[in-house]
Amino acid sequence: MSDLLSTLTVVTFFPLVGALVILLLPKDRTTAIRWTALATSLVTFILSLVLLSQFQAGEAGMQLVVRAPWFRVAGWTIEYHLGVDGLSLLLVLLTTLLTVVSILSTWSAITERVKEFMLFFLLLEMGMIGVFLALDLFLFYVFWEFTLVPMYFLIGIWGGERRMYAAIKFFLYTMAGSILMLLAILWLGLAGGTFSVPDLIAQGNIPANIQFWLFLAFAAAFAIKVPMWPLHSWLPDAHVEAPTAGSVILAGVLLKMGTYGFLRFNLTLFPQAAVQLAPWVAGFAVVGILYGAAVSYAQRDVKKLVAYSSVSHLGFVMLGLFALNAQGIQGGILQMVNHGLSTGALFLIVGMIYERRHTRELEAFGGLWKVMPIYAALTLIVTLSSMGLPGLNGFVGEFTILLGAFGSEAIGSPWFAGLAALGVILAAIYMLHMFQKMFLGPVTKDENRGLKDISAREILCLVPLVILIFWIGLYPRPFFALMSPSVDRVVAALQTAALAVR
Amino acid sequence: MISHDLATVLPAGLVAGWACVLVVVDLFIPRGRKGWTALLAAAGLVAALATLLQAPALGTGPGFGGMIVADSFALFLQALFLIIGLVVVPLTVDYLRRMGIERGEYYVLLLFSLSGMMLMALAGDLVVVFLALELLSLPLYVLAGFARPRVESEESAMKYFLLGAFASALLVYGIALAYGATGSTRLEAILGSVRGGGANPRFLLVGAALILAGLGFKVAAVPFHMWTPDVYHGAPSPAAAFMSVGAKAAGFAALLRVFLSGFPELAGFWAPAAMWISAFTMAWGNVAAIAQSNIKRMLAYSSIAHAGYILMALAASAGPDLAPAAASSAVFYLLAYAVTNLGAWGVVMVVEAAEGRGLAIDDYAGLSRRRPWVALAMAVFMLSLTGVPPTVGFLAKFYLFRAVIDAPGLLWLAIVGVVTSLVSAYYYLRVVVVMYMRPGEPETRREGWLGAVIGLTAVATIVLGLLPGPVLAWAEQARLLTYLR
Repeated sequence: MSDLLSTLTVVTFFPLVGALVILLLPKDRTTAIRWTALATSLVTFILSLVLLSQFQAGEAGMQLVVRAPWFRVAGWTIEYHLGVDGLSLLLVLLTTLLTVVSILSTWSAITERVKEFMLFFLLLEMGMIGVFLALDLFLFYVFWEFTLVPMYFLIGIWGGERRMYAAIKFFLYTMAGSILMLLAILWLGLAGGTFSVPDLIAQGNIPANIQFWLFLAFAAAFAIKVPMWPLHSWLPDAHVEAPTAGSVILAGVLLKMGTYGFLRFNLTLFPQAAVQLAPWVAGFAVVGILYGAAVSYAQRDVKKLVAYSSVSHLGFVMLGLFALNAQGIQGGILQMVNHGLSTGALFLIVGMIYERRHTRELEAFGGLWKVMPIYAALTLIVTLSSMGLPGLNGFVGEFTILLGAFGSEAIGSPWFAGLAALGVILAAIYMLHMFQKMFLGPVTKDENRGLKDISAREILCLVPLVILIFWIGLYPRPFFALMSPSVDRVVAALQTAALAVR
Repeated sequence: MISHDLATVLPAGLVAGWACVLVVVDLFIPRGRKGWTALLAAAGLVAALATLLQAPALGTGPGFGGMIVADSFALFLQALFLIIGLVVVPLTVDYLRRMGIERGEYYVLLLFSLSGMMLMALAGDLVVVFLALELLSLPLYVLAGFARPRVESEESAMKYFLLGAFASALLVYGIALAYGATGSTRLEAILGSVRGGGANPRFLLVGAALILAGLGFKVAAVPFHMWTPDVYHGAPSPAAAFMSVGAKAAGFAALLRVFLSGFPELAGFWAPAAMWISAFTMAWGNVAAIAQSNIKRMLAYSSIAHAGYILMALAASAGPDLAPAAASSAVFYLLAYAVTNLGAWGVVMVVEAAEGRGLAIDDYAGLSRRRPWVALAMAVFMLSLTGVPPTVGFLAKFYLFRAVIDAPGLLWLAIVGVVTSLVSAYYYLRVVVVMYMRPGEPETRREGWLGAVIGLTAVATIVLGLLPGPVLAWAEQARLLTYLR
């Protein structure tokens, strides 16, 4: 048992402990419930820092592995199998950090049914961490599907006007992808006799034509989650209707589950198919980059604008991953983190103004800089980060991705990167358009004159994100160092596969 | 060897015998005190379960010259029936009192029907299949009409009886043809005759098709499903709950037994038939459920859909190397469905009021505020019926789909299965949406036994999903006795 109670288990299931405590608290003691939730998420975050301290950055393989048989079914041993490597470590840290920030952001936003909210939130955190750490396909699928349930409730109960529609749409879309993945998982299990991802990679004897179909089945689940164009239509609904904290987690972490899935499973389990399909995926990614950017510009609702910008940003991540070289993948991973930080912060920012004005229409604002200077300054930093200004995190990620995509043999043409670079310019246009409409010029609406600037608590939500935005922008090397050995290993396997394909 | 023969049917016999005793005892239990009858019925079931668990020591294998087959498959299913009975009795107690139909016969009929189901799992002879089918069905017809003089209940009983009689006729005709073709009704002898080349293939095939149709009625497979929504809707809820899990499991017990150990040589014909019936059942059950606004009718269509899923196992069991795993996955699915569905019917009874009120899905609005634990349990049941982890419903589907993918040429059926599961998510989630996301002031009832059953089944739904080890292992070694060449 002592083996089971290792760092990874504790990080994954600590939120469950907090959830059980909250379950025992009476529902009208909202303050106690809030503090318990915050404390739980903080401890989880600290535990994830302990995990970081135990992590050996120079090693490529899985670390801190926990592995024990869970149960047997039809000749398979389903295992409780967790591990962390350079591909997943940063995403775990991102998850634990954003959960703390999100819970802190709900202090005044969530006043109804606080107990249930915090319960679902902590359960969601457990599911997300589990997704990033699971190394058994069955276990992974359980965590993957499980995250749907709390998120469905978060959108459906605390969401906006069309919350029920958005919640069901979110659930059905995501489930539609995952059930195809389930069939592929079963197929892999029948062929390989195990669900252990490292063991399946080590076997590596899946014929190329079957890899193709399995790749597509996994991709169905992940592409919907990312979301890749043209499977993105659940995203604006879910984002706009979700409560602020839900949007932060949705954009910050849940979408990354899709890109992470591509990286962890599609690239490593089906390398030949990945090499063959890379130009197609890159093509869809580029369409997503441009489409997301164009649609963002057309939005009048700030939250929708940010939501569509995610389609564009995640297109960059996908382009980077499917460059299938070290630069592209490293840039992709870093950009996952960057997008989590900057878009998470943007949703917090939108939530703050919505709490004050109960509208998110661009037209309703203008000149807010004069009224709320601290808020405006922080927003400016986040906006610039999101559009990729050099010196901030977004630039490092997008630049590395484009570098990788330009030199990518798998994609085969520099045009993809060239078109994607247009997306950077478009991002500048729609982000600055938003900033100008909201913050610059004279104060045109009387309702905006009396707005209070953001409180210490709200500043506290944004500050850690802004610090990281600068840190990654100015000194990204430690972040790359954490991931590069693992990425190199993936790339080496992909190169072997590329030789086999040609 | 008489003692051995008797030992094979001892648990089923105990249940039937205890039912006979209870008929008399009940006469001496005053009106308004019928809880005692329930308690005695439950005690009988516990005794039968204890006897059943001693079965390996008492006697297994064929009995009565092969008419009874007490194998591990029968053991598992008999235990399942007894557990279903033990859940249905406490579900019933308060409901009957509240609806003003508290009569002791209810429990007697329940026990008779259960003994029929147990006999069904044991049947190694087509005549025993027929006897068991009647023994389990006749009490069910009465139970469906138990809420007389409510018109819906009488209509339910009448419909169930007429269509049930029709199905029985099909079955008997099928048995007669099989007998004509092979000269025996014993499964072993039928198989021997087929293998020895002495069977008339045409008659046997028509007979097998009629048997499939007759049993298809019991499990509510398309196109033999029409009775289901009306019967479930009109029958008293505990009776409908019992039918939806018990009669279905009994139907599948017979289907698997007859086709896998009696007609394995005809798999080239019945496996494709099962495949098509399964595909249409999943598709129609799930699509029609979307349109339902009454929770009992929704659960009825859902039960049709689940029959379709389990039929996939039959379609995937053509061949001696595939059949054991497929049969095990089917019985595990039946268990998972029983646990989940009984809980869901329990919640239906919490919200149901007299005169058929409180049955619309809209009546569940606000349930999460009024009765948070009941709503949470219902959410768990709905997710389990959809097949979302970490519930037992997911694990059962996982196990079942494994068998289907393993069978050659059935990938498309698995795809139909997962796509229809997605469709089902829509209507199951609608119940959750209404409970959690719509404001409302539902009238609910607080009854101790009902609450206990809901709580236990909800916990079981999750625990069996997370720690299924022993139960799965038990289902896995539930093997049908097969007759070697």
